[in-house]
Amino acid sequence: MKLKGAEIVWECLVREGVEVVFGYPGGANMPIYDAMLNYPVHHVLVRHEQGGAHMADGYARASGKVGVAMATSGPGATNLVTGIATAMMDSVPVVFITGQVAAHLIGGDAFQETDVTGITLPITKHNYLVTRAEDIAETIREAFYIAKSGRPGPVLIDICKNAQVESCEFEYPEEPVLPGYKPVTRSPKNLLDDAVKLIEKAKKPIILCGHGVIMSNAEEELMQFAVKTQTPVASTLLGLGAFPASHELSLGMMGMHGEAHTNLAIQNSDLILAFGMRFDDRVTGTLKTYAPKAKKIHIEIDPSEVHKNVFVDVPLVGDMKTVVADLIPLVDEYDHDEWKQEINGWKNEADSRSIMNWEDDGKLYVAHLIGDIWKATGGGAIVTTDVGQHQMWTAQYYQLDQPNRWITSGGAGTMGFGLPSAIGAWFAAKDQEIWAVAGDGGFQMTAAELTTAVQEGANVKVAIMNNSFLGMVRQWQEFFFEKRYSAVNMLAPDFVKLAEAHGVPAKRVTKREEVNEAIEWARSIKGPTVLEFRVEMEDAVYPMVPAGAALHEMIRRPVKA
Amino acid sequence: MNYTFIALVENKPGVLNRVASLFRRRNFNIESLAVGRTENPEVSRMTVVVDCPNGDVDAHRIEANLYKLVNVIDVQDVTHQPVVTRDLALIKVRVGPERRAEVNGLAEIFRARIVDVAPDSVIVEITGTEDKIEGMIELLRPIGIVEMVRTGQISMTRGVHDGVRRMPGMESRRYEDVMEMAEMMP
Repeated sequence: MKLKGAEIVWECLVREGVEVVFGYPGGANMPIYDAMLNYPVHHVLVRHEQGGAHMADGYARASGKVGVAMATSGPGATNLVTGIATAMMDSVPVVFITGQVAAHLIGGDAFQETDVTGITLPITKHNYLVTRAEDIAETIREAFYIAKSGRPGPVLIDICKNAQVESCEFEYPEEPVLPGYKPVTRSPKNLLDDAVKLIEKAKKPIILCGHGVIMSNAEEELMQFAVKTQTPVASTLLGLGAFPASHELSLGMMGMHGEAHTNLAIQNSDLILAFGMRFDDRVTGTLKTYAPKAKKIHIEIDPSEVHKNVFVDVPLVGDMKTVVADLIPLVDEYDHDEWKQEINGWKNEADSRSIMNWEDDGKLYVAHLIGDIWKATGGGAIVTTDVGQHQMWTAQYYQLDQPNRWITSGGAGTMGFGLPSAIGAWFAAKDQEIWAVAGDGGFQMTAAELTTAVQEGANVKVAIMNNSFLGMVRQWQEFFFEKRYSAVNMLAPDFVKLAEAHGVPAKRVTKREEVNEAIEWARSIKGPTVLEFRVEMEDAVYPMVPAGAALHEMIRRPVKA
Repeated sequence: MNYTFIALVENKPGVLNRVASLFRRRNFNIESLAVGRTENPEVSRMTVVVDCPNGDVDAHRIEANLYKLVNVIDVQDVTHQPVVTRDLALIKVRVGPERRAEVNGLAEIFRARIVDVAPDSVIVEITGTEDKIEGMIELLRPIGIVEMVRTGQISMTRGVHDGVRRMPGMESRRYEDVMEMAEMMP
C-alpha cells in the first residue's frame, strides 16, 4: 500500500492507540494536518505549544499511556522545549512530533528552520530527524517503544516537509529493532539475597517511595512488602499516592517541605529502601549528613541513577514491580513496634505546630483551602499544580490514597504547568473530578489555555491561590535574604473578569465562610471554572529544610499563641 | 585517574554528537576520543579516555550513561585489562639540511618515520602509547615544532580478553555476541 508520509504518521499513531493529540499547525507540518482530517484522532488546538506539551504530559500521567504533542518547525518547536524538559525530568512518556523544513534546505537557515534535534538532545530520552518518507513508520514504532519502556521519557521526532509529502510503501514494523536498547527488568538472585540480609539486620528500616512505583504500577507490591515487613513508607513529591496516605505505615512526604517526623525518621533510620526514587537534592538536603547510620538498598530501573547522588550498599536494577515481587517471598515478617513508636513520638510533637488546628482568624490560608477541597472531593480528585508554595501546600494537605491522581512538575519545577496538565488529564479521565491548583504567578504564564478548555469543554476546576506575591521566592527572601523583597510583588489582572472574558464562570473568595459554598458552586458547573482565593500574603511553607542544610535542620512553623 | 572505554555504536548521523554531548552534560572531561568504522559497516567503534576522579564509581556512571543512549550497543571498560594501546602523531619539525640527521636519529630511536621532507621542515610520523609519543615530542620541541596532529588513543584487548562490563544484563557479553547482534540490524 503506497501512502504519503503524512498519512503514514497517522496510520502509525492510530496503530499505537493514540486517541488525542495536542498541537498547533504551521508551515512545516501542514501536510500532517491535512492528512489528519481522514483519521479518527481528536486534535486539541492549543493556544501556545508549551501548553500543548504540558497537556500531553498531563494526559500521559493520568492515563498511563503515551501522550502526543505536535508543533511546526522553528518557534513552534522551540515553544515545546519547556514542556519536553518537564516530561524528561519526571520520566513521563510523551512523543513529540515536529515539522521541519525540507531536507534539501536543512543547514541553509531556511524560514522557520531551527536545529530542533540539536536543541532537544539533552532533554529527550531519544530524538530523530526523519528526512525520508520510508523512515517514518519504523521511527514512530521505535519512538513509542522507547518512550514507554524502561525508564519512560519524552521522544521527539522531527519530520522534514518533503518526507511528509513523498509517498512510499507503508508497512508497520511488528517489533522495533534497537540493538543498543535493552531495559533490564529483573535483578539477579545474589543481589536480592544481599538485600534480604540487610533487611534481616535492620531495626529501623524506612521505605522511600518515588515516582518509579507509580510508573511501574507497583503499588500493590509496595503495600505487600511494607505490610509484611512493617516498614514505614515516606514519599517523594512525585511518589505521593503510590501508598495510601491514610495507611498507618504512611509517613507522608519527605524532603525540603516534608513532614518533620518523616525527615527525622530518615535521619535516624538504619536501613533505607529506596523504591524508584533518585535521591534528588530536594529530598536529601546536604549529602554529608544524610541518613548517616543507614545502609541503603536502591531499587531502580535506570542504572545511571545508582550511586549517582548517594552511594548505596545494594543496587537492585530492574522493573520495580518485578523486583519487589521477587523480593517479597524472600523476606520474613517483622513488627518493628519500637521503631514505629519512636516515629510516632516525633509525629505528636509536630501536631502542635499544624496550621490545620488553627481557628478562623479572618484570613485565608492555603493549607485550609486545600483541606476544604480535599473534603469536598472526598480526596478522590485528580489534582494538578503549578510550582511554588501552593504546590507544597497541596502536596502536604491533599492527602492521596490512590495513584495517578497527583500531577505536578517535580524535577523541572515548571511554572504554568497546572492548567494545561489538568486539561490534558481531563482527556484521560473525563468522568473524574479535576482540580488545577495554581498561584497567581504561574497561572498567568499559561492562562491563555483557558480558551482551549472552553473550546474543548474540559471540565477542570481552577483554584488560584492569589497572595499577590511570587510566594516561594518571597519566602526565601524572607528567610535567607533578610526580607529584602526583590521582584516578587506581582500585580495580577482581575482574575474573575479574565476568566469571564474567556467564557469561564468565576468567583472570588476572600472569607473563610465563603469557601465551601464557592467550592460546591464550582463543582456544580459542568465545564471549566475559576475560583480566585485571596490568601494571606506572607504565609510560609513549613517545615522547611534550607537548601544545603541537613535534613533534620528544619525551620518549623512557629507555635501560634 | 584516566579510564579507557571502548564503545560500539550504531553508525548513524549524530551519534558522535550524542556521545560528546553526554560527557559535557554529565560534567566529565574527555581526555581523548577516537572514532572509526569496524569490520561491520553498521557499527562504529569509539575509544574514549576520561578522567575519573572517583575511580570505579565514575566509571560505573559513565558506562550507565552511555547505555542510556539508544544508539550505544556496547561499552567495555578496558582500563585494567591487558590491552594494546596506540596513538598516532604527525609532527612537523622546523629543520634545515644541517640538523636533519639529528631528527632522523631521534626518529630511529622511537621507531618513528620521516614521511615528508621539505627544504626547511620534515614531518615525523610516530605511533605508540601516549608516553612514548610524549617522550618524542619533548625531544623534538627544542628543535622546533611547527605543527602537530594526533589521532587520539585507540585500544584493543589482547587475545581472548574482554573489557569489564558493569551494567546488569551486559556482564556476560562478549565482543562476538555484540557483533552478531549488530548483524541483525536492518
